[in-house]
Amino acid sequence: MNGLKPGQMQLSGRGVICVRGGREVFSGLDFEAVSGEAVAVTGPNGSGKTSLLRLIAGLLIPAGGTIVLDGGDADMTLPEQCHYLGHRDALKPALSVAENLAFWADFLGGERCGAAESLATVGLDHATHLPAAFLSAGQRRRLSLARLLTVRRPVWLLDEPTNALDVAGQDMFGELMRDHLARGGLIIAATHAPLGIDSRELRIGGGA
Amino acid sequence: MTALAALIRRDIRIALRVGGGALIGVLFFLTVVVLMPFAVGPDLALLSRLGPAILWLGALLASLLTLDRLFMADHEDGSLDLITMSRTPLELACAAKALAHWLAAGLPLIVATPVLGLLLNLDMVATGAVALTLLAGTPALTFTGMIGAALAVTLHRGGLLMAVLVLPLSIPVLIFGVAASQAAITGPLSFGAPFSILCALSLVSLVIGPFAAAASLKHGLD
Amino acid sequence: MTLTDLANPTRFLALSARVLPWLAAATVILLTIGLYQSATAPDDYQQGATVKIMFIHVPNAWLSMFVWGVMSVASLGTLVWRHPLADVAAKAAAPIGASFTFLALLTGSLWGRPMWGTYWEWDARLTSVLILFLMYLGLMALWRAVEDPSRAARAAAVLTLVGAINLPIIKFSVDWWNTLHQPASVMRMGASTLDKSFLIPLLVMAVAFTLLFVTLHMAAMRNEILRRRVRSLQMMQASRVAFSSEVGTGSREENASKGVA
Repeated sequence: MNGLKPGQMQLSGRGVICVRGGREVFSGLDFEAVSGEAVAVTGPNGSGKTSLLRLIAGLLIPAGGTIVLDGGDADMTLPEQCHYLGHRDALKPALSVAENLAFWADFLGGERCGAAESLATVGLDHATHLPAAFLSAGQRRRLSLARLLTVRRPVWLLDEPTNALDVAGQDMFGELMRDHLARGGLIIAATHAPLGIDSRELRIGGGA
Repeated sequence: MTALAALIRRDIRIALRVGGGALIGVLFFLTVVVLMPFAVGPDLALLSRLGPAILWLGALLASLLTLDRLFMADHEDGSLDLITMSRTPLELACAAKALAHWLAAGLPLIVATPVLGLLLNLDMVATGAVALTLLAGTPALTFTGMIGAALAVTLHRGGLLMAVLVLPLSIPVLIFGVAASQAAITGPLSFGAPFSILCALSLVSLVIGPFAAAASLKHGLD
Repeated sequence: MTLTDLANPTRFLALSARVLPWLAAATVILLTIGLYQSATAPDDYQQGATVKIMFIHVPNAWLSMFVWGVMSVASLGTLVWRHPLADVAAKAAAPIGASFTFLALLTGSLWGRPMWGTYWEWDARLTSVLILFLMYLGLMALWRAVEDPSRAARAAAVLTLVGAINLPIIKFSVDWWNTLHQPASVMRMGASTLDKSFLIPLLVMAVAFTLLFVTLHMAAMRNEILRRRVRSLQMMQASRVAFSSEVGTGSREENASKGVA
């Protein structure tokens, strides 16, 4: 389609309308992102940044318009090729750090790299056997990031990804995102703060 | 398959760890059964006549009330989003979660039945019959109750509303469960007919439950 | 040595380590004597050899109530004096109390089998003990349900004290309920005309079981203190700053493992 090189992907939305609770959050939204590109979705509170990510992830159904991924795995739907990192960590406090990660690796399936290695990358290798209940908010976020590393998915949907991360954590995360983009992945991030990597801005919500 | 096995393993683990509710269901079952004689009196002959009904009611309440949080916990911590997005069909994931719940909370009820049978003066045959019918019938309770648990997530209401929604759905299971146990104990009906219907109810709910729960979860996303 | 000395968990660990072997030895000796005396006690002219179940049953029944008393005092300690060991004592006592209560129920129903012809009769005493058992289990479930022990401690303390006030009311109600339904109950336990040949072994067994409780309780408290230390060490380990050098933390982990061992 529109002149994609082999192995390249393009995520695009055309005329996307989002309605939540009877209120039209945004309408006629067009966006696109190609492999190796990060898009930072910005806008005031309530402009629908999180909603947009959830629409792409298939967790909300668009009231109109289309969202497609060209050049991805034809056997899989768009949500199946996405990683969604939301406000909530999807961690079970009763399970250990390693068990939490191993569960998501097993459950999400697909191509993956070592869990121990990703825990070391995010700086949690000292805590693998500890219950996730003992982790601080920043550490929980790091553990969620380890999930993105352990299971490979081309599209990362990140909702305020740098929340709760300290400066070192943000640097580490910037590194991870650059690696991901270099491998041909693409990132859509809803954010207030600077993302820490080169990104294209997509501003939504009434041009405020 | 690994995905489903992982989900089952995780849910059972959580249920058995600190903070998990696996054994609270049994405790509830025990308490409900112990309360009955205070209401109907300690007449052993009467209790043994009512025994199967009391055990079935207790098991029904215990298995439905523990279902409350089946999807709620996953919804609150965001796991449900990832489960919905994954390559595993949501219906299968729901079935796996219900199976894990039954293994962690339903089976202990059946194991506890003989002890409670003793309290209600049931003989070996009667206790065996009740345990067998519970074994065949509690999956139906879990899998229909799952629909209520999914609705609870959709509606953001748990607890009593769920019980009100689901208890009527479990009436057939109660009827044939108690009928089969009574048939085994006193007759004159044969045990086979109500027991087969009970098994059929379980099998039907095994199919309907996951689909209804998945549909309700999909439409309740936000 | 005063109570305040014992308040310090570290001192408690040191002291209990010294006392525990002696307590255990005393328990074993007294239990042996008690069991021997019970075995050689004469059969009852009515109940035959089954009367010997009494030597196990009565101490267990006594302890099932005594342990709740201990927990109530400990709960007061938690709520009023905020004694650092109080909730440890309360938590450690619950499973032991539940076990004694369970044994009381079990021996009671074994005793009842030849008397009543069934293993279970809704006899006033047994029923009260059954409710006590349920309350123990509920308390244990409460301890298990809350991950943070100090938060669980307050809830459990309140429940224990409410239970302590309610237990006599429950006992009274059950007695009333029972006599309402079946006048002239089936069995009289611990009749007033207890012969000396029964009384002495029974007293020895009661003391032996109480010692057994004290021993088990002390050991369980030690376990609980150590468990909490492991927990706080784990939390310390979790909060270790990521990417920090391994040099500083290695020695701390070593100390930690020494402390736990």
